[in-house]
Amino acid sequence: MKITRAQVEHVARLARLALADAELDALTDEMDAILGYVETLNSLDTDHIVPTSHAVPMENAFRDDTVRPSLGTMKAVQNAPAAAGGCFVVPKVIE
Amino acid sequence: MTSKYEVVIGLEVHVQLTTATKIFCNCSTAFGSEPNSQTCPVCLGLPGALPVLNRKVVEYAIRSGLATHCSIAPRSIFARKNYFYPDLPKGYQISQYELPICEHGRLDIETTDGGRKSIGITRIHMEEDAGKLLHEGDGSRVDLNRACTPLLEIVSEPDLRSSDEAIAYLKKLHQIVVYLGVCDGNLEEGSFRCDANVSIRPWGQKEFGTRAELKNINSFRFIKQAIDYEVERQAEILEDGGRIIQETRLFDTATGTTRSMRGKEEAHDYRYFPDPDLVPLVVSPEWVEQVRRGLPELPEAKVERLVREYGIPVYDAEVLSAERATADYYDALVALHGNGKTCANWVMGELQRALNDSGTAIADCPIPPAALAALLKRIDDGTLSGKLAKQVFDAMWQTGEEADIIIEQRGLKQVSDLGAIEPLIDQVLAANPDQVAEFRSGKDKLLGFFVGQVMKASKGKANPAALNELLVKKLKAD
Ligand SMILES: [Zn+2]
Repeated sequence: MKITRAQVEHVARLARLALADAELDALTDEMDAILGYVETLNSLDTDHIVPTSHAVPMENAFRDDTVRPSLGTMKAVQNAPAAAGGCFVVPKVIE
Repeated sequence: MTSKYEVVIGLEVHVQLTTATKIFCNCSTAFGSEPNSQTCPVCLGLPGALPVLNRKVVEYAIRSGLATHCSIAPRSIFARKNYFYPDLPKGYQISQYELPICEHGRLDIETTDGGRKSIGITRIHMEEDAGKLLHEGDGSRVDLNRACTPLLEIVSEPDLRSSDEAIAYLKKLHQIVVYLGVCDGNLEEGSFRCDANVSIRPWGQKEFGTRAELKNINSFRFIKQAIDYEVERQAEILEDGGRIIQETRLFDTATGTTRSMRGKEEAHDYRYFPDPDLVPLVVSPEWVEQVRRGLPELPEAKVERLVREYGIPVYDAEVLSAERATADYYDALVALHGNGKTCANWVMGELQRALNDSGTAIADCPIPPAALAALLKRIDDGTLSGKLAKQVFDAMWQTGEEADIIIEQRGLKQVSDLGAIEPLIDQVLAANPDQVAEFRSGKDKLLGFFVGQVMKASKGKANPAALNELLVKKLKAD
């Protein structure tokens, strides 16, 4: 595996991370090392192993379709940096 | 110009489910409440909150899958779809990716030439909706009441070949999810939203052309407009020797055109991965069978049964089956009255007219099936003519009274007694000697005139058959 600096930049942009040049270099090396380590798995025969999506062997956790009280508008927005009319206010986004 | 190209359309429909609570928390899904009043740590995306799946959402997904001939996955998982937008508090949407709950289904549509066509359904998966944004002043306001509301995304194969086919598919799908009771079908409130993938290719070409994705259009008319515009636009580009760019386009209802949503390309890198908060979903064959047994009769089967059991024309059966509530009303009416065609005529005629005129839903109809059946029996036994029955119907609609009471109170009984009709006929014949002479000299058409006059003299109450018979006898007698 060889992680390129361009890939790190791309992922950083998707994650909205502003990274300095030095950080990009360091992360490129670190991510490459991590993926290299995980690549060890490729030496094993996994043909008959079902892909693991979850670490805990558990299935079917459900709840019933019954309404329970919500937090309410006041509590929902009380810690928001900005709120108005019961809404969170964020910098303007227009498509 | 477009006839040089074949149109290829695939549709992605988002169906909002009618559950009482959201997909991963117990907040209400009611529409139109105060902003953020229906939120909790889960749907606000607060750290440490744990989403737990609503069992009913799974049931509704299975129901929809069975109704569209899908196979139901014995095991499916939820995934995180990662992107940033202010209406998505967690920074990811919980959806299904690799292992959706339903796959490989189909929906049969009728084509404009009256033929039938099977449209493949690639998959149906469960996911949560995002919140709502309101753009006001120099900021955007976020209301998360809708966040985490359960959706089914129903994805078709690129099997549709015209905007008309696309509309036929959407109407059919809409009808089915409403019949199933999993969706209220309200297009204005966004309960049934559609994205269309549209491309064109020269006839005979095997490969698909590059597609444009038209986003979030919530009326059948606009979908047709958007697709037709998009097909023209792409054809013009190809004619000019240009190249179609794969992109997301927004339909502008004001201009009837589509425009590019720039800068969204990178957002398509969603980095899906299994959501560790939600354990795998295992659906047993027993569960699937249980849901299957609870399925209501679907429109196609209903049409077939109405034609078979009641001997009504296919057209009537289709009109009556268009909405489940109408079909239920009709079924109840025929069960009480017996004559399928008479009942069909009244439901499609007088009843539908009264519902339309007053803007009433059939569920709130002031004349229940039993009351209408009682009225129709008064036609059968000769108490009422068809015309009088319509008067009684209107009075029933206004007052909510039963037919017999209105007939009694208003003296609307049809007069079949010849002794009462005879003097009226004599009066009319005596008052119109010229017409009588003309009739007798061969002008048969005047019969209608006499019938009308006598009917008028009886204030519409004369039994038309009895009146006719006696009138003809009298005219021919002398
Ligand atoms: Zn909630």
